[in-house]
Amino acid sequence: MSSAEESRTPGTGWVGQAIRRKEDPPLITGQGNYVDDITLPGMLHTAIVRSPEAHATIASIDVTAARDHPSVVEVFTGDDLAREFEQGLAMVWSPPGVEIKTPLNLPLARGEVKHVGQAVAVVVGTDRYATVDAAEDVIVEYDPKPAVVDPEKALEDGSPLVWEDFGTNRTHQWGVAGGDAEAALREAEVTVERRIVNHRTAGAPIEPRSSIADPHGDGLTLYSSTQIPHIARFVLAGMLGMAEDRIRVVAPDVGGGFGSKLQVYGEEALMLALARRLGRPVKWTETRSEHMTTTHHGRDQINYVTLGADREGKVTALKARHVCDLGAYQLLLTPFIPELGFPVMGGCYEIPNIQLEFEGVFTNKFATDAVRGAGRPEATHWIEVMIDQLAAELDLDPAEIRRRNFIPKESFPYETPLGIVYDSGDYHGSLEKLLENFDMDGFRREQAEGRERGVYRGVGLSTYVEVCGLAPSRAVGPQGVGLQSAFWESAVVRVHPRGSATVYTGASPHGQGHDTGFAQIAADRLGIDPANIEVLHGDTDQGPMGWGTYGSRSLAVGGEAVGRAAVKVQEKAKRICAALLEAAPEDIELSDGKFQVRGSPDKAMTMAEIAGAAHIPPQELPTDIEPGLEETDFYDPENFVFPFGAHACVVEVDVETGKVEIVRWVAVDDCGPAINPMLIDGQIHGGVTHGIGQALYEQIVYDDEGQLVTGSFVDYALPTAAEVPMFETDRTETPSPVNRLGVKGVGEAGTIAASPAVVNAVTDALKPLGVTYMNMPLTPMRVWQAIEEARGRDGGGPARTEQGRSLDEHGRGAAGSGPTSPGEGGAA
Amino acid sequence: MSVRVSVSITVNGEIKEREVESRLLLIHFLRDELGLTGAHVGCDTTNCGACTCHLDGEAVKTCTVLAVQADGSDIVTIEGLAQNGSLHPLQEAFWEHHGLQCGYCTPGMIMAGADLLKRNPDPSEDDVREALEGSLCRCTGYHNIVKAVQAAAQAGQSREVAA
Repeated sequence: MSSAEESRTPGTGWVGQAIRRKEDPPLITGQGNYVDDITLPGMLHTAIVRSPEAHATIASIDVTAARDHPSVVEVFTGDDLAREFEQGLAMVWSPPGVEIKTPLNLPLARGEVKHVGQAVAVVVGTDRYATVDAAEDVIVEYDPKPAVVDPEKALEDGSPLVWEDFGTNRTHQWGVAGGDAEAALREAEVTVERRIVNHRTAGAPIEPRSSIADPHGDGLTLYSSTQIPHIARFVLAGMLGMAEDRIRVVAPDVGGGFGSKLQVYGEEALMLALARRLGRPVKWTETRSEHMTTTHHGRDQINYVTLGADREGKVTALKARHVCDLGAYQLLLTPFIPELGFPVMGGCYEIPNIQLEFEGVFTNKFATDAVRGAGRPEATHWIEVMIDQLAAELDLDPAEIRRRNFIPKESFPYETPLGIVYDSGDYHGSLEKLLENFDMDGFRREQAEGRERGVYRGVGLSTYVEVCGLAPSRAVGPQGVGLQSAFWESAVVRVHPRGSATVYTGASPHGQGHDTGFAQIAADRLGIDPANIEVLHGDTDQGPMGWGTYGSRSLAVGGEAVGRAAVKVQEKAKRICAALLEAAPEDIELSDGKFQVRGSPDKAMTMAEIAGAAHIPPQELPTDIEPGLEETDFYDPENFVFPFGAHACVVEVDVETGKVEIVRWVAVDDCGPAINPMLIDGQIHGGVTHGIGQALYEQIVYDDEGQLVTGSFVDYALPTAAEVPMFETDRTETPSPVNRLGVKGVGEAGTIAASPAVVNAVTDALKPLGVTYMNMPLTPMRVWQAIEEARGRDGGGPARTEQGRSLDEHGRGAAGSGPTSPGEGGAA
Repeated sequence: MSVRVSVSITVNGEIKEREVESRLLLIHFLRDELGLTGAHVGCDTTNCGACTCHLDGEAVKTCTVLAVQADGSDIVTIEGLAQNGSLHPLQEAFWEHHGLQCGYCTPGMIMAGADLLKRNPDPSEDDVREALEGSLCRCTGYHNIVKAVQAAAQAGQSREVAA
């Protein structure tokens, strides 16, 4: 029996239905409860004094004037809190045999600052506005030091050092290989080599971070906008030298995360320390400028990629070297994020020889860490761009080159040369369905007609596979990949005496819809309407430890745990039912929401009747059946899961201004059997839009001195409703053999798929003009320059760079474009 | 350091009289003084629209209005949108069409949508997209928000026909 079959527990058919969300009624009426909505009696406000220098010695801090403000309770510097913070913030990757340089990272700086925005003091007061006033009066004198912001320059001899004690800006090197890529490249009939830039971006949830610490007795409660309440408690308890049971972490409604709240931040530790010191609740809420400056960024890799192939387009070798800008400090997973993409760096393709190298680099910027997709969008971006570049080199159709290289359906489970086992897939199936839905022939006709009228449209394909369901603990743990943690998930399913139920999950949603999806899973196994199942999460005092929500793991690990706990409850319910109906437990089936004797539908009990008997046992119930109806499950997956899909994007490029418009988006995604198709579509819509943002508009830009240029939503351009089209979504359903539900995860799929589809589409649109490749973000200026350079190269006259600069002001998204170096912006 | 001023503002049909700092933003008046935390703050620059409420019948970003400027005005927040216990058609439509995920932008988005439907009861897709340009959502990709606003417009029209 395959585990997928085992999951088909007969129930009432809630799984698979697009039921509307249980979460929504409070959220649409203004009754949500986000951290900044919480006001506790006697609560104090804080304002953090941050460094305007990218690299400097702190010469002096004068808090006298700030302390004199009538509403200020106290002002603290790093030295004032030395006793609280003997340990710094945690970084949890320690790969066997590799040293990762990890500087002490204190919530308030002592001695030196290493990036703009670094916290140097905190003002605590009774009034929100007056506390900010007082922070302005903290006088800090800095002795500036040279800063380094370009990761490749940071690796050159003689570069200013972010950390002089380390003697280098290189944080670590890590590599993995399978087959012999060097030899295969030497023998390849064709090679294509590119320098691809996955630029720095922000998670930018609309809810900024917020934390409140509330002291009580010898314990502390932390309300925090986090994706990982249990990990936060585990880490913060260690940092503050407290027993875990003395700290309760609550993540109430959380207004989006996108990885940026998969972190244990200095401000969380700081609020706990202040609450403990002052004996009163203390709150900090991030401004948007603080978010852009000191909430971790994502991406920021330069990928040197070489593909080798034969003349038929069959890829024989992949070699890639990644220069990864980690910023000045190592946060929770900072050095690991680039490597997290390695399991899927061969994409959907059967590539026998792969060699991957990673270099981490310190710069005077804020740390990078997980942002939606975390390592996998970067990996997918370059492999999908490279496949198109190879197709262009061989004059092959982008769909055809993919067909020739896809891992065939029959080869699953498929072991890659890197020893990763892809669980299940049908890459040809999703691509063919996409092409059918899209009508490629029709588009090519329309494209050709358009070009005659000077309309430049292009289509870009992206066929992705991602690694999700984090994670088999032993594979990624201390003796595996080297993370000092585990990644199982927990669930408790409790049926109450009158037949309603509560589900506790260790996953911690922030918009995904767990309350609804997990209730559907439990409903089918319990015979209870999802309306009568409450799903609780995000409170370390409510249920067992769990590991939170990130990496598209919640359903495949957390949802699976819910399913397993609910099956345990169902089995006990059957034993109770069998005893009361005088039947054998194996003859009891759950059908139409009732537990009935197989073949005798009139002999049946509802879950409410069984739950009543479980809690108030009748005489007929044997004493060897324990009272109560509650089960717990801790589920540690045996493997990752590998969602996949195919996306097509149509763009129109205004070749006079360089402006790119997304005209159409068609997607076929496969995340296994759908629990709630409405939620899946929603994740794809949002994920794709996030990827479009990276491809066209969004970029974190620092100037040469390490000043952040994109410190607000004025300069950092998120896509608005006016920039994106309606999305045409569809699915295939290939169950995973890894878990009983057969599910894979979908939270990051759209983002992972999107950016290469956009870049490939723009390249396709501009093909007649001789543009062959551009790096993101494809701002009007960058696209216009590429067109001009191609025209110049092809004899159409010199590139008009000066005009390009003035034109840039007209283009939407230009604000996010930042400086364009020739190596990044031009046609390769 | 800041002058205190008396204001009288009608919020969701009730007159609220408070003495406030002259520099107090309307969003903080609503959230901190009145405890109406439905409208949110998502940026410092009037870009995100999470704080959008109605001031004398028009959508405004309440992070860019001082409480003293709203003196004598009539404010409707997301908490005041449902009438007599039944949801506004936009609230129904956002729920029905999965127009929200994390919910943080939702109150502002609904108030901006309600403002549009008052001005234009039958908006095209482009009309909706343009009208919501000042409200940022990171979760939904706007697809279901646009659907929800158009569905609410249709629901409103059929109700008018029925009346």
